[in-house]
Amino acid sequence: MSFETLVFYFLASILLFAGLRVVTARHPVHAALFLVLSFFTGAGLWLLLEAEFLAITLVLVYIGAVMVLFLFVVMMLNLNIDKMRQGFWDNLPLAAFVGILMAIEMTLVMTVVGRSVVTSPESHAANYSNTKELGRLLYTDYVYPFELAAVILLVAIVAAIAITMRRRPETKHQDPAWQVSVKREDRVRLISMPAEKKGE
Amino acid sequence: MIFAMPNLTPALPEIFVLIMVSLILVVDLFLSGKNRFISYALTQFTLLGAAWITVSTSGQDVVHTFNGMFVDDVMADVLKMMTYLAVAAMLVYSRSYIQLRNLFSGEFFVLVLFAMLGMMVMISASHFLTLYLGLELLSLSLYSLVALQRDSAQATEAAMKYFVLGALASGLLLYGMSMIYGATGSLELSKVAAAVQQSAGSRTMLVFGLVFIVAGLAFKLGAVPFHMWVPDVYQGAPTAVTLFIGSAPKIAAFAFVMRLLVEGLQGIAHDWQGMLIIMAVLSMAIGNITAIAQTNIKRMLAYSTISHMGFLLLGILSGSLNGYSGSMFYVLSYVLMSLGTFGMILLLSRKGFEAENIDDFKGLNQRSPWYAFMMLLLMFSMAGVPPTVGFYAKLSVLQAALQAGFVWVVVFAVLMSVIGAFYYLRIVKLMYFDAPEDQSPISSQPDAGVLMSMNGMAVLALGILPQPLMALCAYSIQHSLL
Repeated sequence: MSFETLVFYFLASILLFAGLRVVTARHPVHAALFLVLSFFTGAGLWLLLEAEFLAITLVLVYIGAVMVLFLFVVMMLNLNIDKMRQGFWDNLPLAAFVGILMAIEMTLVMTVVGRSVVTSPESHAANYSNTKELGRLLYTDYVYPFELAAVILLVAIVAAIAITMRRRPETKHQDPAWQVSVKREDRVRLISMPAEKKGE
Repeated sequence: MIFAMPNLTPALPEIFVLIMVSLILVVDLFLSGKNRFISYALTQFTLLGAAWITVSTSGQDVVHTFNGMFVDDVMADVLKMMTYLAVAAMLVYSRSYIQLRNLFSGEFFVLVLFAMLGMMVMISASHFLTLYLGLELLSLSLYSLVALQRDSAQATEAAMKYFVLGALASGLLLYGMSMIYGATGSLELSKVAAAVQQSAGSRTMLVFGLVFIVAGLAFKLGAVPFHMWVPDVYQGAPTAVTLFIGSAPKIAAFAFVMRLLVEGLQGIAHDWQGMLIIMAVLSMAIGNITAIAQTNIKRMLAYSTISHMGFLLLGILSGSLNGYSGSMFYVLSYVLMSLGTFGMILLLSRKGFEAENIDDFKGLNQRSPWYAFMMLLLMFSMAGVPPTVGFYAKLSVLQAALQAGFVWVVVFAVLMSVIGAFYYLRIVKLMYFDAPEDQSPISSQPDAGVLMSMNGMAVLALGILPQPLMALCAYSIQHSLL
């Protein structure tokens, strides 16, 4: 068994374990954390396939941004697990059906179709970088559509702000500058009152 | 690895517009409400500058750049010039309207310019990717322009419908493009055309993809049976935005159809001709007949747009150079008429009042004989009455279809345009023979008034002397299609 295969089985077993725990963990925060783990090991598998750009993007975008947001949401929501679990097993027949169908399809693709059509790609030299290749394509051959996509994102930002932002003068907000420059006269008013007479 | 800098000269107008949009976006942040006219002036300056650059970089040759993704030909230059003109006229017409409705903001101008950039990209696209990205840039800007008046439930509803149906259409279009890619192995239009010509790849897959592409195109054009969004969006959007949607994007849609069907898929023209015939016939019938029942003039004009798109398709489906230049002439003159008609609705509207019902045009002759005469010219032109430009527009596409041998389609089109004349002439009758319900004076800005006069006169002048514009269209089609 080569070192590469060893690494593959190591990562794959962690991935399977993490994937299983995502579904079975009782606590949603734990499930989300296991999802992070499975993404990370998945990224490792991609590295083995020489797709380092995808691996890096998966870690940066999915773990760094999406999952962090996800964790925030899960932590902030007060989820009642037991209520959600009610009737969970009622879905078993359909879920089992879908699962078995998918397993059959996968086996078919792997054994019948896969053997004849798919050949493993040639591995590249050690100094080959597909990040660099992607970047080169994106910034040379496809620079025009790339810029257009950027403009579309800019339109999305402008439109979202234009449609949703409202300036409400009546809302109450704090202005630190005013708070600091407040004068005694604004807050405290001395009034002279006649002293009360003591009860007779 | 050698990096060759792409030739940027053909794309200079696009680059200039993008730089100016970014500039306006930033400058507008520092403007107070009463200095907002600076954004307006900058927008008009952008259009002027883009027009100047387009003229000074134009040439007879077809120039490709950005690895065959961008094409600059005579057709692109002419269509772009007309787009600038339409956007500039739209801004002049709608200035006081949007000022009175709190839409006179930097976002409005920025979104309009972004939409125009999308149109320019579509007009100059020679690659499926750029065609699609230009279309999305245009559509996304239009959706948000419709929704900009967010306190109006009608506008929000219209924007929602437009967005959902537009997304569906984009999906159809992309699916069709992916099929064509699968069949031909290229996304570049010239290579696709070559592959189709050699009938490489599966024909079934090509035609399958073509069906989806035509459906997506029909959505964007607003042709029956994919026309459902048109009346709701036209009615619901603020009239200034309706004017915008109804004018310049039609030019881009024409370019889109030309690039996709004629430049890319000419080899299977026989297949798309059949589909276009069905759409053209249905559009002319449903558009013209349904328009009769409308009481809201924006809705009526929406149905009239549908029928005009049917006529536009008539030229393209005849599959000859004559037909294409006829369609180009049709779309240019339609934009001119559409600008004037919606511009008139804007001129008659005032604070808190929208002149959007047909009855609001009653007795316009007594209130303002000159505007009534302009509207008369525009309506005659829409109906195709000589001596207005609309007559020659219809004549040129009908002639082309007749030459291609579609006799019964031409007979049907003539019948439908007779039906269509009814509701256009009804407006003329209301203006001249009915007593006005509304006696308030028409308070239009002088610039919009002058533009309206020019617009009406242009419709008449081009009707009397159509030859220069027709020759220009024929010239640009001849020099653009190889």
